[in-house]
Formats: sequence, C-alpha cells, structure tokens
Amino acid sequence: MSVDKETVARIANLARIRMDDAALDRMVPELNNILAWVEQLGEVDCSGVEPMTAVIPNTLRLRDDVVNADPLTGGGVRDAVLANAPAPEHGFFGVPKVIE
Amino acid sequence: MVSSYRIQGATGEWEVVIGLEVHAQITTQAKLFSGAATAFGAEPNTQVSLVDAAMPGMLPVPNAECIRQAVRTGLAIDAAINRWSRFDRKNYFYADLPQGYQISQLYHPLVGEGSLTIDADEKAGIPADKVIGIERIHVEQDAGKLMHDQHPTMSYVDLNRSGVALMEIVSRPDMRSPAEAGAYVRKLRAILRYVGSCDGNMEEGSMRADVNVSVRRPGEEFGTRTETKNVNSVRFVMQAIEHEARRQVDLIEDGGTVVQETRLFDPGTGTTRAMRSKEDAHDYRYFPDPDLLPLELDEAFIAECRASLPELPDAKRRRYEGELGLSAYNAGVLTAEVETAGWFEELLAASAAKAGKPEAELAKPAANWLLSELFGALNKTGTALADSPVTPAAGAELLALVAKGTISGSIAKQVLEKMLASGDGAEAIVEREGLMQTSDTSAIEAAVDQVLAANADKVAEFKAGKEALFGFFVGQTMKAMQGKGNPQLVNQVLRQKLG
Repeated sequence: MSVDKETVARIANLARIRMDDAALDRMVPELNNILAWVEQLGEVDCSGVEPMTAVIPNTLRLRDDVVNADPLTGGGVRDAVLANAPAPEHGFFGVPKVIE
Repeated sequence: MVSSYRIQGATGEWEVVIGLEVHAQITTQAKLFSGAATAFGAEPNTQVSLVDAAMPGMLPVPNAECIRQAVRTGLAIDAAINRWSRFDRKNYFYADLPQGYQISQLYHPLVGEGSLTIDADEKAGIPADKVIGIERIHVEQDAGKLMHDQHPTMSYVDLNRSGVALMEIVSRPDMRSPAEAGAYVRKLRAILRYVGSCDGNMEEGSMRADVNVSVRRPGEEFGTRTETKNVNSVRFVMQAIEHEARRQVDLIEDGGTVVQETRLFDPGTGTTRAMRSKEDAHDYRYFPDPDLLPLELDEAFIAECRASLPELPDAKRRRYEGELGLSAYNAGVLTAEVETAGWFEELLAASAAKAGKPEAELAKPAANWLLSELFGALNKTGTALADSPVTPAAGAELLALVAKGTISGSIAKQVLEKMLASGDGAEAIVEREGLMQTSDTSAIEAAVDQVLAANADKVAEFKAGKEALFGFFVGQTMKAMQGKGNPQLVNQVLRQKLG
C-alpha cells in the first residue's frame, strides 16, 4: 500500500492541516515509509487467530449512572471549561458564525 | 401487505420508498461517557465535564445504564443483541463537536436486526400486520448546540448536549407512504416510552428523525435516495416525505436525475432544500476508538434486561381485547400512550377491589368512562390525564357506585361534574345530595303508573304495535324519578304494566 501526493493533500485537507506543495512532496515518501514498515506485519501468518484488542486479558469498565460522582469527570465546571476559549460570551463559546 | 399510496406523475404512477433513522435520547441521569448531567433546559455549559469538552488527557468510560437501556430497547423490538460490540470514531470538524469526532458504532453495533408492527389504519391505507424491519440500533454521542441569532458575527456554542447518549434506530426501507412512516414513528415512540429508554419528547429534541426518501415505478428497482436531516415531529416527517417525493417525481419527469444528498426540512413552508455541504463532508474515516475496549455482554446481563421489560403495547392491546373484552378501537386508544394504559389499569384494579367484582366485568364500563366521560371533561379544560383532578382511585369510587347499583349511569355523569368542580369524593357527593338509585319497587311502580296515566294516547299507540315508544316511557319514568330509578327495574316494571 502506498499513497500519492493527491491522497496526502486530501487527508491533510480532511484533517484541516494546511500544507504547501513542498511540504506535500516531503510528506509523501515519509508516509510511504511508515506504510511499508507496518506492512511487514502482513508477512506473519495469523490465519485461525482471533483478532485481539489487548495483549493482556482486559474488559471494558462501565460507570454507574450517577451525576458528578467524580468531580474530575462531572459537570458544573463552566469556568474551567471556558478558561481557554478565545471568545466566551454569556457562558457560551463564541465562534465565527457557522450557519447552514 | 402492499400499500396503495401512489404519486401521480405526468408520465404515470410512482411509488415512494422510505427508510428512517431515528435518534432517540436515552433516558439517563448522566452522559454516555462522563458524569455530567443530562437534564433539559440548564444554563449553557453548566452540564459539561472536561470529558465532554474534549480536554486533553480525558478518557471516556461508558455509562452502564445507557447500555442497559439500549439492550432493553433491542429486546422490545425482538432484535438480536450482539454479545460483542465496539465503539468507533466518526471524524469530522464542526463547532458543536469539540472532540473532532463522534464516538459511535459503525462496524459492530450493540443491537442487530429486529422489527416492529405498525398499527393498521384503513382510512390512511395502512394494512393490518404491516411489519417494518429495523436494521440495527447503535449507541452514540450527541453533539452540542449552536445558536446563530444572538450575535452579528459569532455563533454561540452550548455543550450541555455534547456527550448525551443517543440510540440511532435504523429502519429498513420498508415504508411506502407518509402515513406508514408516521405510524412507524408513533409506534417506535410508544415502545420507547413503555420501555422507559427514551421519553419521546420531540419538542425538546429527545427524538428526531433523518428521513430517507426515493421514488420508483411500482415494483422496479430502488431509485436514488435523499436524506432529510433532523425532522422533529410526526407531522413534519410526513410533510417532508410528501414534499420530497413530489420533488423527485417532478425532477425525473422533467428529464433530471435525483442526486444522493443531504437536505434540510423547513417547517415553516413544509419543503426541503439541499444543504450547502462540501464534497468531502461524508468522508468520516471511521476507525475503532482506541480509548475504548470492546463491549462484551454476558447472558445474565441480557436476561436481567429481558426480565425488566414491561408488557409492551401490542401485547397489552391483545390482552385488552381478548381477556378484558374491549373493542379494538378502545384497546388501541388505551394502549397508545403508556400513561393512559397505566391510568386505566389503576382505575380498573381499584374499581374491581371496591365493587368486589372481577376486572373483566368492569373493564368495558371503566374504558368507556375513561375515554368518553373523563377525557371529554378534561378536553374541555385542556387538561392532560397526568394532571387530572380526578385520580384513578377517585374514579374507581365512582365506577364502583355504578357497578353496585347505588347510582345509575346518568347520575354518574352529574357526580363526575361535581367531583371535578369540588374535588370531593363520589361517595360523599352521592350521600350529601341523596343521589342514591331507587330499587324500591313500589316507588318505581308509582312513577310508572303516573307516566302511563299521563300518556294514555301513547300507551294506546304502543299497544297497537309502535314498540319504539318503550324508550319514551323509560325516559319519562326516569325523569319523574330525577334519574334515580334503577334502570333495570324500571324496564322490568314497564314491561309488566304494558304487557
């Protein structure tokens, strides 16, 4: 598997990363090197082996349906949430007008 | 099973094909992956955790109740529950999505194939036992809310909804008319509300639908579909389909082609219009969310979910018709809303207990009383059943008086009016106003004699064969007794005297 310049430009656009022509030219071989490196894994015969999500037995932990049980993952922290916003107004985030 | 709904085009008839993706907010206290509250109408950004705002280093931990409610919903539509499911990231950038991706389930949804049966409606052309397939239900995060009209150059973002748990319920393209789509949304809403997994409140956005519409010549291959987003009432779903199907037919007949696109519904005009979207908007680059392990469910959990399900609308309706002997119409109205069914069952149980009679015997009068007398009175004042000043227990007191023969049905109407006006109980009102029914045969005989004497001409006509006059004599006798005569005895005495 490999990518061409056009694909890299499209991915950059989807990720909202602005890249000029020179940057794209640099990026194409870099990404292709990474892809080739990962592709080596295809040489391993893993037919009959269940796909695995973790190297140790592990299961998804669930939370109880309780509001603000842990202050670190609860609400009611508007000031902290808005602290780094460039244009908060009246308790909202202010962003450049986006309207459909 | 075949709908006869057709769109008349200039070149012949067209059939419309409809599939719906319904987003239903799961009723929980906390969000899908954080402990922030989900209550509607809070001050902006006060129900936002650092997880919901996508601050660096935050990890999502699923809310067990969201999983449980989605599984219960799946069981309620006879769907396959996947013991192994997984969360994926759907990547896109928008101001209401701080993570830059929505956590959803594309490849391995929690709930697989199921179905529901929509209610037959002859007038609307919906045949009996029409089944709508449901392809899947997956669990995902809601986005935040944007407000565009508060500032000349800025949009405001409120993330209170960000991270609230949604079920996306995806139907098969099995609907063939706006009426069928409306019936599907109503039935789905009823099931969700019975199960308690979603409050079904469409005004508050707890339930909204993406409407997929295409048209074709009857029996031919599916046409190209469009998707109209975020339609938030049954009526609007039907309007959007009508408009969109017509638009597609006109477009094709004028030599154009339908483009697969996302459209918006304008409730003001009842029309749809294309969204101005970039071409790459649908390149979501889904991949498994590395922050979340697969979700594995054991049989005990699923059994517990199944055991916690209430009697569902279809089963309840069949029981009301079969065991309680109610008409199909009454059974349908009583079971359409979970609150109505609950109210009726409380009323029936209390009436049976008070009158000392079996429920099956009281079901018909109880249903008739609730649907015509009480609903009639509540409609006059625009009061919802939940806010009725007459409780099921108070209604049962009244119905028991009728069942035991203490008062007649017509007196019961007066008593209900007095109950609504004064808030007093039925027994107290009947006692105070001396409304007890007379089963005293001599009093009834006296009244009957009086009526017959006063209407000798009518008696003669009756005896000459005009039997319809019997009702007149009953009415006159009841009137003479201020409605307090026992109707059965009045009938009996009249038959004797006229016989």
